[in-house]
Amino acid sequence: MKILVLIGNVPDTTTKVKFNADKTAFDTNGVQWIINPWDELALTRALELKEAAGSTIESIFVANVGRSETEGTLRKALAVGADEAIRVDTDPKDAFYVASQLAQVAKGFDLIFAGIEASDYNGAAVGGMLAELLGIQSVSAVSGIQIESGNLKISREIDGGSQTLAMNLPLLAIVQKGIAKEPRIPAMRGIMMARSKKLTVVAPMEVETLTSIVTFESPAPKAACKMVAEDQARELIRLLHEEAKVL
Amino acid sequence: MSVLVYTENWDGKFKKVSFELASYAAKLAAEMGVSVSAISLGPVEDSELAKLADYGVGRVLSASCKDYNSLDNQAIATAVAAAAKHVNASVVILAQSNLGKAIAPRLSVKLKAGLVSGVQGLPVSLSPFTVKKMVFTGKAFANTTIHTAIKVITLAPNSFGVIENKVQEAIEKFDAGLTEADFTTKIESTNKVTGKVLLNDADIVVSAGRGMKASENWGPIEELATLLGAGLACSRPVSDEGWRSHGEHVGQTGKIISPNLYFAFGISGAIQHLGGVSSSKCIVAINKDKDAPIFEAADYGIVGDVFKVLPQLIEAVKESKS
Amino acid sequence: MNFEYSEEQLMIQQAARDYAQRELIKDVLERDARSEFPAEHIKNLASLGFMGMMVDPKYDGSGLDAISYVLAIEELSKIDASASVIVSVNNSLVCFGLEKFGTEEQKQKYLRPLASGKKIGAFLLSEPEAGSDATSQRTLAEDKGDYYLVNGTKNWITNANSASTYILIAQTDPDKKHKGINALIVDKNSPGISLGPHEDKMGMRSSDTHSVMFTDVKVPKSNRIGEDGFGFKFAMQVLEAGRIGIASQAVGLASGALERSIAYSKERKAFGTVIANHQSVAFKLAEMAVKVENARNLCLKAAWLKDNHQPYGIASAMAKQYAADIAMEVTTEAVQIHGGYGYVKEYHVERLMREAKLTQIYEGTSEIQKIVISRDLLK
Repeated sequence: MKILVLIGNVPDTTTKVKFNADKTAFDTNGVQWIINPWDELALTRALELKEAAGSTIESIFVANVGRSETEGTLRKALAVGADEAIRVDTDPKDAFYVASQLAQVAKGFDLIFAGIEASDYNGAAVGGMLAELLGIQSVSAVSGIQIESGNLKISREIDGGSQTLAMNLPLLAIVQKGIAKEPRIPAMRGIMMARSKKLTVVAPMEVETLTSIVTFESPAPKAACKMVAEDQARELIRLLHEEAKVL
Repeated sequence: MSVLVYTENWDGKFKKVSFELASYAAKLAAEMGVSVSAISLGPVEDSELAKLADYGVGRVLSASCKDYNSLDNQAIATAVAAAAKHVNASVVILAQSNLGKAIAPRLSVKLKAGLVSGVQGLPVSLSPFTVKKMVFTGKAFANTTIHTAIKVITLAPNSFGVIENKVQEAIEKFDAGLTEADFTTKIESTNKVTGKVLLNDADIVVSAGRGMKASENWGPIEELATLLGAGLACSRPVSDEGWRSHGEHVGQTGKIISPNLYFAFGISGAIQHLGGVSSSKCIVAINKDKDAPIFEAADYGIVGDVFKVLPQLIEAVKESKS
Repeated sequence: MNFEYSEEQLMIQQAARDYAQRELIKDVLERDARSEFPAEHIKNLASLGFMGMMVDPKYDGSGLDAISYVLAIEELSKIDASASVIVSVNNSLVCFGLEKFGTEEQKQKYLRPLASGKKIGAFLLSEPEAGSDATSQRTLAEDKGDYYLVNGTKNWITNANSASTYILIAQTDPDKKHKGINALIVDKNSPGISLGPHEDKMGMRSSDTHSVMFTDVKVPKSNRIGEDGFGFKFAMQVLEAGRIGIASQAVGLASGALERSIAYSKERKAFGTVIANHQSVAFKLAEMAVKVENARNLCLKAAWLKDNHQPYGIASAMAKQYAADIAMEVTTEAVQIHGGYGYVKEYHVERLMREAKLTQIYEGTSEIQKIVISRDLLK
């Protein structure tokens, strides 16, 4: 079995978000880039499945769409334990563009993992689009994945509960929190060997974009917090009722 | 030309979010000067289907085959796409829910329609079709233009509200042409959360953090939530410790919610947590540390011991109800 | 000159940071209070490759450079200097000397399990009456033909109880003074070895420190490192390398205290504004930052020299002396910035201050470093 994990290169989650002067682009100055947190959990789970007793997983590939400066993120994935990496050499313009670029390198995998969204544009789109482009089944909000004697057991969250599913391959699993306990820390040997693993750079295809960001807006500054004394719970309820009108 | 809503149901009843979608679609269709319709998949009684007319969507296509209850992504996307073609939809609206997020991207590819997810309110412009969406997990918004003839959007919960607007109902049977073989998602078991308010649907959310000290201290949190008809949530350390399930974790790597009222008990308010709740209309923070960052994001705050404040709040809510 | 870290160095720094901030932080206060050895953490750190960072992979090490070692030790020490001293002793006092001077057989038998972290090592030099003055070793290793017979007591031994392998410095021929000293590899479970009680220390409380008594302990000749009488030179070379580890630890204590102070002063309010807006606090932070930066650069310089096979003994002495001294200053200032909160354990900085004190004392006091540095200046 061959697994592909889609890897997004996103700003560290503690980044202060700033934009250029005319608010048309994200200011990447001084930004630290990390593997999109959900993708990192997906990779961790893929590695656990590969290492499990009786595993039939031969290899785990990782792929992203990005320029050469995103290779650090891919090499981190290799350091953690992925076997090979693929980078489509172009800027990720919109979700459809990214999914279309990935579609050319994602053929032939039995199981594809995508994070439920990226922590930058929160599009929640690339995984589902890729599944549709490849014509394969997808399951979203996946919080658990097991392979039991070759059969795929998926836990997914639905609006109002959770389900266990039996699914066939090939499958694209769009994963969320819970899929793995926490991201794996790369071992020193893994880090030192990451550069010797294969990283294939693929030229982009000609693809149209369907959407574009016109301007960014920062949230309106919040009014100061109104403080209520510790023993004035009744007053708080009154304020929520009469002033904020939310109760 | 029309606006199409993909409604969500549960046990044959529409989820609250479906009525918000209907309200939104009716308003958008009116602004665009086009008709509005909805698609309902799975067994839903006509009397329930008719409720959409209370919120401005009279024409409802209903494909009542129970196979849809497997929430098979491929099949549902195919059915919604067929409905979109049937009504000549120029905008398809889904909820920014687990199901909506699963279907919308597939639909986008099927219809060659640009997708924007997590849209906040009505479009900022109809031509070009530009909507506002949250980005950077609540730290900013992006006005995004969709260039294609057909548009797919998912609406952020509670970003529009439910607006009554009675119209004449017109329910049609709809057959998307799917057979049993098109449904390949096999459900082995379902664990329904019963008697609880769905987090994404909730108007009020009661959330608690590490300040609660141990899982056995959640009694008053649950009591308050029940009293208020609120959903339950927690911060990341709480779900990491296993005190509460991952399903309750709100924040950057958990759920992103936007209720009308969000209570944060014993949550310090790390930037990652605030990302998941900052679009709530009103945030109330109760924390013993007056310098906790949650107070920067909160509208109302109490500096104090959560274990002292909770019983008083419960009493005050009971009083206000009686 | 190039001040840029490589991608690998940054990944190693991040890995150490992740482990420290995700795992070590969880029970660091408890272990400090209970003086409890972080056995589980050391196992995890070993599987990540932190116990033999610079050892050649053919001996199960990680094959890192000294720059990476400096960065990793700093990150671990920001959170937990007790764990980092266990790591540092194993890496630079035990693995380093064995790899550099051991025979192939010794490396196969002893270095491999130490570098992979399956076993832990300890370095036994200090004595009740010979701390900084390493020439006057009282512990005897009498030459009995095919073995040495060891008698004596070693003091302040880090990892004494948790280690399986000791590197022992002992006197074979007192007449030859320091030229009669040998370095021996000793199995800790050899008959005749006993431990003194667990030392109840001011800081670094979760590393296990004991005295070790030797009574007629037989050590095979094949366990001697280098030629007869090489022990003193061996010890000095090992200490030169060890100083880089302790200096990096001191940098971590200082930078950890600085990070906590920055975060605290941006949150804590006084006189209607966060205390970071008070110049008295802001200037303190600036002074702390300059000291940390200087100390880190001294460590990196020593590491760079070592990586480039140039003499680094003076550079490592400068790094150790300066980093240890500023660690004490910076952690003390951190407590001051935190005010009353700084004096309680929950806020960590008082612990960092207690731990910083030891960096001025062990593996050569600040005064000894000044002797090393000044002798070089005046030679």
